[in-house]
Amino acid sequence: MTDSTDFRSETFGSFAAKAFANRSFLAGFVITVLIAAMALLSFLWTPYDVTRLIVADRMQAPSAVHLFGTDHFGRDVLSMIMVGARNSIAVALVAVGIGMGIGVPLGCWAAARGGLADEILMRFNDLVFAFPALLSAIMITAIFGPGAVNAIIAIGIFNIPVFARVARAGALSLWPREFILAARAAGKGKALITIEHILPNIANLLLVQGTIQFALGILAEAGLSYLGLGAQPPMPSWGRMLFDAQTRMIVAPYLAIFPGFAIVFTVLGLNLLGDGLSDVLDPKLRRQR
Amino acid sequence: MTAYLLKRLLIGLATLVVASLVVFGVLEILPGDPARLMLGFEATEDAIQALRVEMGLDQPLLWRYLDWVGGLLTLDFGRSYTYSVPVIDLVSERVVVSLPLALIALTLSTAIAIPVGVFSASRRGRPADTISMGAAQVGVAVPNFWFALLLIYVFAVWLRLVPAGGFPGWSAGAWPALKALMLPAVALALPQAAILARVTRSALLEVLGEDYIRTARAKGMPRRTVLWRHALRNAMIPVLTILGLQFAFLLAGTIIIENVFYLPGLGRLVFQAITQRDLIVVESVVMLLVASVIVVNLLVDLSYALVDPRLRVNR
Amino acid sequence: MRAWQSILAATAVALASSTMAMAARTDLVLGVPLEPPHLDPTAGAAAAIDEVLYTNVFEGLTRIGSKGEVLPALAESWTVSDDGKTYTFKLHTGVKFHDGSDFNADDVKFSLDRARAENSTNAQKKLFAAIDTVEVVDPTTVKVSLKHPEGQFLYNMGIGDAIIVAPESAETNKEKPIGTGPFKFDSWAKGSSIKLSKTDGYWGDAVFLDKVEFRIVPDAAAAIPALLSGDVQAFPFFQPDGVSQIEGDPRFKVVIGSTEGETILTMNNKKPPFDKLEVRQAIASAIDRKAVIDAASNGLGQPIGSFMSPANPAYVDLTATYPHDVAKAKEYLKAAGLEGGFSATIKLPPPSYARLGGEVIASQLREVGINLEIIPVEWADWLSKVFTDKDFDLTIVSHTEANDIDIFSRPGYYFQYENPEFNKLIEELAVTNDEAKRNELLGSAQKILAQDVPAVFLYELPKVGVWDAKLEGLWDNAPIQANDLTKVKWLE
Repeated sequence: MTDSTDFRSETFGSFAAKAFANRSFLAGFVITVLIAAMALLSFLWTPYDVTRLIVADRMQAPSAVHLFGTDHFGRDVLSMIMVGARNSIAVALVAVGIGMGIGVPLGCWAAARGGLADEILMRFNDLVFAFPALLSAIMITAIFGPGAVNAIIAIGIFNIPVFARVARAGALSLWPREFILAARAAGKGKALITIEHILPNIANLLLVQGTIQFALGILAEAGLSYLGLGAQPPMPSWGRMLFDAQTRMIVAPYLAIFPGFAIVFTVLGLNLLGDGLSDVLDPKLRRQR
Repeated sequence: MTAYLLKRLLIGLATLVVASLVVFGVLEILPGDPARLMLGFEATEDAIQALRVEMGLDQPLLWRYLDWVGGLLTLDFGRSYTYSVPVIDLVSERVVVSLPLALIALTLSTAIAIPVGVFSASRRGRPADTISMGAAQVGVAVPNFWFALLLIYVFAVWLRLVPAGGFPGWSAGAWPALKALMLPAVALALPQAAILARVTRSALLEVLGEDYIRTARAKGMPRRTVLWRHALRNAMIPVLTILGLQFAFLLAGTIIIENVFYLPGLGRLVFQAITQRDLIVVESVVMLLVASVIVVNLLVDLSYALVDPRLRVNR
Repeated sequence: MRAWQSILAATAVALASSTMAMAARTDLVLGVPLEPPHLDPTAGAAAAIDEVLYTNVFEGLTRIGSKGEVLPALAESWTVSDDGKTYTFKLHTGVKFHDGSDFNADDVKFSLDRARAENSTNAQKKLFAAIDTVEVVDPTTVKVSLKHPEGQFLYNMGIGDAIIVAPESAETNKEKPIGTGPFKFDSWAKGSSIKLSKTDGYWGDAVFLDKVEFRIVPDAAAAIPALLSGDVQAFPFFQPDGVSQIEGDPRFKVVIGSTEGETILTMNNKKPPFDKLEVRQAIASAIDRKAVIDAASNGLGQPIGSFMSPANPAYVDLTATYPHDVAKAKEYLKAAGLEGGFSATIKLPPPSYARLGGEVIASQLREVGINLEIIPVEWADWLSKVFTDKDFDLTIVSHTEANDIDIFSRPGYYFQYENPEFNKLIEELAVTNDEAKRNELLGSAQKILAQDVPAVFLYELPKVGVWDAKLEGLWDNAPIQANDLTKVKWLE
């Protein structure tokens, strides 16, 4: 950040104008909205019921009746992808929520207190980072049993140190600033300053990191589901669909193609969105791109 | 510098100790009796009890922890519950698959990513930059197991150029072994290369904006020399950080890829061990991986100092 | 290319291919789905151990043939006393273990005593419980006395858990198996493959293969490309729902055989509401076997109505006892006082028959108002939670042991079924040697189970073998879990 003024002064309108002028943001925004809309629509309507198995209709190639074909239980692949989007988004979003909800207060606290508190937090971060994330997620789901909730916890835990680190770094850079010093001189407590001044000013950093972790969460969920440790049937999930498709790929490649594209498309959208956001929100970074 | 490294070393050691407590504690609460599992569901109670005694499962918890940690320090990892051979034998059999795989993937990813990143940075904003960074964006978004599936069906099933999976062992000769590692390495490397290329590009752009680079350019130094000799060297810190993280990721994160290609590597060993409740193998391998992550991070810290002399004094 | 050169080249090719044609291949890479935990069939129940070693490396007094019949093996003949309590085995001579030591009656006594000893870790220990004494009459004669007559004794002596080991190598067989069979153990790359090679001077019929590799290929997803790329030439136990990928490819043979695996939806018979007959009847009527078989075994499984393989001479077709009828199922539920349906869990172990079948069954039960929560479990969890702690509502398992209808009479067995009438039949069966009488008893036992539905009997697990079309001699059926390679050869 280039100056010491409070960041909140920017209006939403001017932000939106800047954002939509950014190609990366625009593309990411459109994709993300599309995927989210698809997930929301699936609550109200899907072409077919994904919980009803009609085994007699199994493994039908894409056609006008089933746009993306049917799977080995006769379920409509398009409907499954729509409902699967819901699952992917829910898992990744809640995992980001856990990471932010715990990580950000921790990071802010460490930055405000400094000293031993800061040291303990950083060592805790070292500890979590020393565990290979995917391996640990597998262990967690193996211990508590596979399922969407445990996948959320497993992914969420590894989001905590990420957000703690970002929040801490952001907060540390703010504490020596003039407007914070002024607030301290006015007799405000550290907690109040953190809420009133620090948080609004690191929100942009957190938003960018949140988008990135969201995308990573989608990938992680797909990986866990692929190993059979994510959402359980009858709830469709993209990773599981890929696992099921694997044994049937020679006669039915479409089973592997569509869910794979759904993942790539979603992650791509979120990453573009994150890039665009960081361009727009952080002038220093914008200069480099 | 020495003080800094010493501090890092101590932190690393402390992390290891805490990690060992976490790993042991967590795995002790896993459901499932290894003795029963080994004998199957028709086994009688007394046969199971006999095996529990044989495996030392009747000992108190603390004793087993100390025994295990003591073993780790002397490279005696105990005996696998399922294979009933020393864990160290299993691990050394698997490391010769996973380590080369990780190294090949890392080399491949670096060999692709750095030139692409540099190329992109040098043509910032031009179509070439847009295209290569667009490709990198897609690369980051591709799940490696899905990419692996596509590779298998194209190169192994259709074209039959390489085996679809499995590992013949290094005893079968270097070439067949390398051939078996080729697809998995590509599947692992490309998404990593995409990340690395993006980091290289933005790190370079940041450095290229610095005053001393402008000065060098102003003095008439050729663009190419500035880019490769001065800028890249100074852009190495973020690149090295990512490389360090990626190596740790590649060593441990190959679980899925090793499953797709049924490679007998560390990742699959630990995955199988988790499902078979071979706790002693899980504990040992996880500790080994945690230790290697810590060592790699230390090495990365050390290499910062080598790359950037300024840090030797500052940190 | 000049003319003479091309002629020379063509000749060379022709020569090369003709010499290849004369000498048929003698190597084989065979895919197995599970890796054995160790290589001692007498110290573990894992079918994966027998799938590699049974009759290839280790032999017993008798052996089980491809149709489930009892054949002589290390014992060339035997006599049974009139009271059915004494078996005298005459052993083959000139048999050597792979380490060069001689095989004789002492080894038989050692092996049988070891299997039934106090501290034995033999998984089928109870099968040896009837043995009273084992006597060495002379180096080639062994006399086994039983406490009571045992109808299955000769069969039991032929299973993998009853193979004969040498005292010198018994303790090290887990790592380095030493048997008397036509193949000897070479090496084991853990997680990857086990290699065997032909034994020189084998006592029995010579085998055709020189080198055999058992490649561990855990799932169908990996098996299909491995087969198509030629890395692995045979999968005797192929995942049924992968067959559609291979069918129609002339390079391969798909052989559908039978197993002894009764695939059943087990209910926890002491846990409400499954303790009510009407609830079990409702579940049985709600299930459409055909859809389950189509989805879980690619339509290859044979429907069963009770706990008996259709290949067994004692089999009675009881599949029509509770036909698929949603309305009727709802009536049964009403009779049980559960008109509004109920919720329960179904724990599914890893095999595809359970995971796929479970999803279909959950969908079918939803139609009658029973909501199942699907809980996939690893075998370890299944064993501890379902099998040992009986903490389950429903589960799907294929019971692959042959002639195991008696498990429904075992006290404390995981499905907690208790029926004195049934138990009496099983007791009678245990002391009956007469074939016709046995079949009659087995028939009555099947009918009780079919009526009482302690489990919904779904289908007989098919054995789907897929191998190179030029390969011959692998078993079509799987009366026991084994890959007998003694007759396997390449046709050229």
